[in-house]
Amino acid sequence: MSPHVHSGDSVSKNMRWVIIAMLPAMLWSFYAFGMGAVIVTAVSVASCVFFEWAINKYILKNDKCTICDLSAVVTGILLAFNLPSNLPLYIIIIGALFAIGVVKMTFGGLGCNLFNPALAARVFLLISFPVKMTVFPEVGQMTAYADAVTAATPMAAIKAQISTGTLADVSLLDLFLGNVGGSLGEVSALCLLLGLVILLASRTITWHIPVSILVTVFALTGLLHIAYPVEVATPWHHLFGGGLMLGAIFMATDYVTSPMTPKGQLIYGFCIGFLTVAIRVFGAYPEGMSFAILIMNAFVPLINNACKPKRFAKEVKK
Amino acid sequence: MNTILVAVIALGVTALVLAGVLFVVSKQFAVEEDPRVGQVAEVLPQANCGGCGYPGCAGFADACVKAGSLDGLLCPVGGQAVMTKVADILGLSADAAEPKVAVVRCNGTCEHRPRTAVYDGAVSCKIAHATGCGETGCAFGCLGCGDCVAACKFDAIRMNPTTGLPEVDAEKCTACGACVKACPRMIIELRNKGKNGRRMVVLCVNKDKGAITRKACEVGCIGCGKCQKVCPFDAITIANNLAYIDYEKCKLCRKCEDECPQHSIVAVNFPPRKPKPAATEAPKAAPAAEAKSAAKAPETTETPSTQTAPSTPNTQKS
Amino acid sequence: MKTFRIGGVHPSENKLSAGKKIEPMALPKQAVFPLSQHIGAPAVPCVAKGDMVKVGTKIADAGGFVSAAIFSSVSGKVAKIDSVIDASGYRKPAIFIDVVGDEWEESIDRSEELVTKCDLNPEEIVAKIKDAGVVGMGGACFPTHVKLTPPPGSKAECVIINAVECEPYLTADHSLMLEKPEQILMGVSLLMKAVNVTVGYIAIENNKPDAIALMTEKAKNFPGIQVVPLKVKYPQGGEKQLIDAVIGRQVPAPPAIPIAVGAVVQNVGTAYAVYEAVIKNKPLFERIVTVTGKSLANPSNFLTRMGTPMSQLIEAAGGMPEDTGKIIGGGPMMGKALLNAEVPICKGSSGVLLMSEKESLRGEEQNCTRCAKCVAACPMGLEPYLLAKLGEYADWERAEKEDIMTCIECGCCTFTCPSNRPLLDWVRLCKNTVGGIIRERNAKK
Repeated sequence: MSPHVHSGDSVSKNMRWVIIAMLPAMLWSFYAFGMGAVIVTAVSVASCVFFEWAINKYILKNDKCTICDLSAVVTGILLAFNLPSNLPLYIIIIGALFAIGVVKMTFGGLGCNLFNPALAARVFLLISFPVKMTVFPEVGQMTAYADAVTAATPMAAIKAQISTGTLADVSLLDLFLGNVGGSLGEVSALCLLLGLVILLASRTITWHIPVSILVTVFALTGLLHIAYPVEVATPWHHLFGGGLMLGAIFMATDYVTSPMTPKGQLIYGFCIGFLTVAIRVFGAYPEGMSFAILIMNAFVPLINNACKPKRFAKEVKK
Repeated sequence: MNTILVAVIALGVTALVLAGVLFVVSKQFAVEEDPRVGQVAEVLPQANCGGCGYPGCAGFADACVKAGSLDGLLCPVGGQAVMTKVADILGLSADAAEPKVAVVRCNGTCEHRPRTAVYDGAVSCKIAHATGCGETGCAFGCLGCGDCVAACKFDAIRMNPTTGLPEVDAEKCTACGACVKACPRMIIELRNKGKNGRRMVVLCVNKDKGAITRKACEVGCIGCGKCQKVCPFDAITIANNLAYIDYEKCKLCRKCEDECPQHSIVAVNFPPRKPKPAATEAPKAAPAAEAKSAAKAPETTETPSTQTAPSTPNTQKS
Repeated sequence: MKTFRIGGVHPSENKLSAGKKIEPMALPKQAVFPLSQHIGAPAVPCVAKGDMVKVGTKIADAGGFVSAAIFSSVSGKVAKIDSVIDASGYRKPAIFIDVVGDEWEESIDRSEELVTKCDLNPEEIVAKIKDAGVVGMGGACFPTHVKLTPPPGSKAECVIINAVECEPYLTADHSLMLEKPEQILMGVSLLMKAVNVTVGYIAIENNKPDAIALMTEKAKNFPGIQVVPLKVKYPQGGEKQLIDAVIGRQVPAPPAIPIAVGAVVQNVGTAYAVYEAVIKNKPLFERIVTVTGKSLANPSNFLTRMGTPMSQLIEAAGGMPEDTGKIIGGGPMMGKALLNAEVPICKGSSGVLLMSEKESLRGEEQNCTRCAKCVAACPMGLEPYLLAKLGEYADWERAEKEDIMTCIECGCCTFTCPSNRPLLDWVRLCKNTVGGIIRERNAKK
């Protein structure tokens, strides 16, 4: 059966690039949060891989080894990226079980899940353990884990602006570099942008989703900031603060849960950006990224149906 | 107190309004239907297999009611029992039909039919059929990708991993014909189940000339015509280098089986032969032997009796 | 640099036999001519067992308008009319001829002399092409005279010569251009005259700079013919992609044909065959065949008589390597894997490719991750992941709505799929089934 040659591209190759792209942010988290970050990442990855293997072997009775495609490792790292570095171990394991067991394998494994496993797990944990999930340790405690000193995150401070009406004092440079509190992977915008460059250079993803999200958020918060300079933080704070970068670069671009066509991807990115700003500015949570992505995940099949690629010699329908 | 009252009233009113809407809608948009259609559909197996040639059981029920006579209408799954019930409801008479079973007319096991090529395309007989002969030199035989297994809604066909051929479980087979349609090489045929499940079958559909057939498969029919000559009932026809046994005419005398030089003709579900050939006149066999074979039938369904082909024991062993 | 607009991939080129001189292949002992060597009705034999034939004798008549006659490539005696496993993988009727000597029909002009004058009118040219059994030499084998007879109401504006040879490994067209540039150009002029146009383009991918330079130089003597270098991208040799690349027009979905945008596309090998047929009275019975493969000792381009078994070509190129896992008739992207090496060379056999077991094995199939790489690669703007699934689930109506009939089966989707899914296998099944349904529906009307 033709074709008899193959590009040599493979799922594990793509996953490997994603992991490489996540390395800068991961290393930064180790530097910033010390032992806690290492423990959280290790436990998260190990439990994700274990659950994938165990479910395949004992529940699905599937001979195929799907660990080799590395998708469980990616999910594990992404999950860790979304957690504070002082989170108790059992919560991480519950998160991993939810991500792999409920969100991914129930639907049939890689490629069949409707929602991004790591994100869904994060939201699940956020709702189940609201306190533990929203206290973040301060940067620079190399050896601390459970006893780490915590502090408010910049996004919480920015959120507080709306109620207090006073400008939060958050250094933009610290935000950009990652000298702030937050979950593991989201703090350093610089490292995440480096990851984006790696992903684009290796042609693992296209520019459409991350760029459309970032541009939308920047533009919307910019407009709001001009209208309400005190209540709404500057677009730069929104861009570099919180989980926006992490979500736009690594979460929203997940192959499985994003649209297929460039046009669909732009619509998807715009909607995520819009929802994020809406939740951040008008909602109860300081963070909107994960909810926005999950909501849009649900719309992906619809977007896929509505946005067909431009057919050869045919005007695009609708 | 007040709150509870308000809640009760509010919910009650809502329920009433909705009930009213439901009532109006069900009356207004009710579909006029012959009540007998529903009754007929109720006695049908509701497997919606389409074996009757109509889209599902409801379609068949509709056809039965409209037809006026049950000639040519048969639910192969429910068989005679169900058709009698249908006839009762409609006040018609049902023709008696011989129960049938799907027969895979290929005995090209891994041992009989040497592999000459490797097929690496998608696992689908239809696709393999379009690419050429398949993995062996026989351009007519079973491709072994299991389209029939996928088509069967009753779990009656399974692939035998040692022979590489599908096997029909006569107990579960309802002769719905889904596998017949699924097979791109038209290997599967619906044949009379026969008394005690005994049948004589040419397990080959190869229309190539004898020399080519023999090269491709040890047990392929070469169309030599010996069976035709020996048959006392004119049940065997030879066309396109291939013998065919008409199951309506065959009296199960087993003469052709001995005559076939290729062992393509196989007797199914017969008791092991006794030394004297006279004793094996099947219909007149001793009651004890018959009972034994009947008891054995469920386990060994569709497995040729051990003495028919010299190489069959090998395949069963391995 | 021009190229087509949507999709496309870049398989590694592996043009191992590039720049190799064309070598004439020795005569086979027995030549085999399958009767179905082209698209359309099979040819009808016009010789019987025991008849003596010469090189160039017609042995089978065209079986209809969309069909082509077959000519003997050898002289000798008709041994039998039997069946042979051809490139389709099935036994098909064929004429077997035992070779005796090498005697040619007198009407064939065997001189090497270049003739650049032709006084025939368009109808006579088309008739000569038809009588010589010329078909498209790129692989699809569409009878050339049919393409040169535009349906009423349509008018050709230009002739496009397909010399892109976008399939990896193959170099038959490339070597032909280097050795017979003037003959090809004359053939193009004849084709232009046949459809009454004054513009001809020869499209060559820029991985063949020597051919581009040579053809451009020689084309100066042939008015109206222009060489168009194109960016390397597969499947540029697809008719629709080529027209898009060269003149920037897109042919609408089937049943529309290229003439709808005023283009007539012919392969460069066909142009040469047309020259020989019209000027030299030589029917189509030999062609250039690339024999190649990474483990092959001596990848070459052979001038081969039709009916020669592929095994003879492989032997001449250094013998079958031990690790051979697959013999492919044609290129690696669209060629067909063959059951054995005894398959005869036909009009459309552009190459024989030997792939090692390791190379040819497909990777393990995994779940679709919806990475959309197939969507980006599809040159027709389709969604292969979706079409393959529809094929698997037998949802023919939906597949038709998703424009499955426009698929050109180029294989870009399967090539690019990271999950090693056999996308094209399913799409092809789906396309064939939907095509059958559509034909049935049209027949009922």
